[in-house]
Amino acid sequence: MSDRTTALERAAAPPRTLRLSRLSVLVDRPEWLGPLMLGPAVLYILLLVGVPFLLALYYSVSDITMGGRTLGFVGLRHFAAVVGTPKFQTALKNTFVFAISAQVAVMVLATVLALALSRDFRGKWVVRLLILLPWVAPVSLGAIGWLWILDSTYSVLNWVLEALGLVPPYGGFMWLGVPHLAMGSIVVVHVWRILPLATVILLAGLSSIPQDIHDAAQVDGAGFWRHLFQITLPLVRPIMLVAGLFGLVLAFTDMIVVFVLTRGGPYDTTQVLASLAFFTGVQAGDLAEGAAIAVFLFPLLVAVAVVFLRVARRTEVT
Amino acid sequence: MLGRAGHAGVLSLFVIFTAFPFYWMLITAFKQTNDLMTRENNPFIFNMPPTLENLRILFHDTLYLRWLANTAFVGVIVVAITLVLALPAGYALARLAGRWGEQLGIAIFLTYLVPPTLLFIPMARVVADLGLQDSLWGLVLVYPSFTVPFCTWLLMGFFKAIPRDLEEAAMIDGHSRLGAFVRVVVPISVAGVLTVVIFTLTLVMQEFVYALTFISSAAKFTVSVGVPTFLVHGDVYFWGSIMAGCFIASVPIAVLYNFFVDRFIAGFTVGAVK
Repeated sequence: MSDRTTALERAAAPPRTLRLSRLSVLVDRPEWLGPLMLGPAVLYILLLVGVPFLLALYYSVSDITMGGRTLGFVGLRHFAAVVGTPKFQTALKNTFVFAISAQVAVMVLATVLALALSRDFRGKWVVRLLILLPWVAPVSLGAIGWLWILDSTYSVLNWVLEALGLVPPYGGFMWLGVPHLAMGSIVVVHVWRILPLATVILLAGLSSIPQDIHDAAQVDGAGFWRHLFQITLPLVRPIMLVAGLFGLVLAFTDMIVVFVLTRGGPYDTTQVLASLAFFTGVQAGDLAEGAAIAVFLFPLLVAVAVVFLRVARRTEVT
Repeated sequence: MLGRAGHAGVLSLFVIFTAFPFYWMLITAFKQTNDLMTRENNPFIFNMPPTLENLRILFHDTLYLRWLANTAFVGVIVVAITLVLALPAGYALARLAGRWGEQLGIAIFLTYLVPPTLLFIPMARVVADLGLQDSLWGLVLVYPSFTVPFCTWLLMGFFKAIPRDLEEAAMIDGHSRLGAFVRVVVPISVAGVLTVVIFTLTLVMQEFVYALTFISSAAKFTVSVGVPTFLVHGDVYFWGSIMAGCFIASVPIAVLYNFFVDRFIAGFTVGAVK
């Protein structure tokens, strides 16, 4: 009924009605136009994120191989095979060590940096550009810059240490060749990359605090630290959560820094789940086992999201 | 708490940390290989006269220009696909979707967080089944899967900020809603469209995992994969040329990006900042 009335009403309205067609009737109605405009994007995302995601789950319980066409169901065989290996256990441990230590450092440094940037000063534009560089530059290329800085023979860091007399000539560190140093280097490079994002997000939070609140605290005689810990930081807690969530997801799932700097070495001591999945699934050609390793990223991501939502809710209640 | 000098000091330390690798790329790019490969030389200065030889090698003797062209090719097509899909979707979420629009918007945004490292194995199979293995078209197909979610979310916020009166006036003048969107809303959204273009281009330039997985011949690499796999893992490390290649592909786009970063952050923090 209502269809006809709308169509009639529209037909009565000059001058567009001259080229009225069935399609334009559809397109004129919000309940059709919405899905029509959303449809292509949603379909694309379903086909290219949803389907591969389900495939990833299925591959991990199938007997798929690089060349083969079979897709038989083998249950949890790959998970059982993978979980017991020292390689996987090291990668799992490294993923946590790497992601958590990098993220803790990022949050502390980003808070300091965002506070410093929230003041007005000359040349702020240039400073912000220089601080953003690591985030915008392709990660793989930034990591190569570090590869040269951390070079075993020509490292500029070793040169400085030698020049200062802190290490004997030719006594510099093998930054990427010794397990703990390599892990440390990877954490530093990751902090370097994520810091700008966390900083600008926090900065947006800081600048959203009304000036009145700061003024009131000033009038009440709150000192710097009290002001910081009892007023500023509690007010930006939700946005710190956002910055932390994105940073953790990026850290948990990144393989580029590891791939470029160490390829997981020395002796797999810097291998993380994402890089192990790549080396197993693509370079060694074991698709099913690679998929099984990659699927372990998913519960990690869900856990991160749930923990953060919990924390967010608790802070709202109290 | 900190004085002016302290403030400047803290900022300088941070700037040194973030920008040093890029400064190091720049200075290395103009040094002679003998200068770089002499351990006793002070690496902060030119011990031998600066040279353009590294740039000549990069542009003439490697596939670097080809990789830049490949990246631009993929970038331009992915930008077009992203705009075609995300503009109407962002508008529909902002204006037409009503109560469930918010939920759907968040769901679309969350797909942006599903990492390539989780999807690349099935994605490689899908791309191979379509016959797009080792082809730039495979990247063109897959990259919108992360540019569309983020840009839809970004544009939704952007369209919400446009006053409804503008379209309503156009609709009273006889345009359909679609007509009002195409003729009135899109033209005044140039800033939003530009933001999408810049972010899509940077996302395409940065992408590494899919390109590394799908592409096997050197002539088809994008710049972010070509430099680390082909230039670095040759037998001889031409550090001067490598660093030039990294610098050229990193810094210009960062300058461009800097103009739009506030919109990008607004996209990340919708809801958390009121």
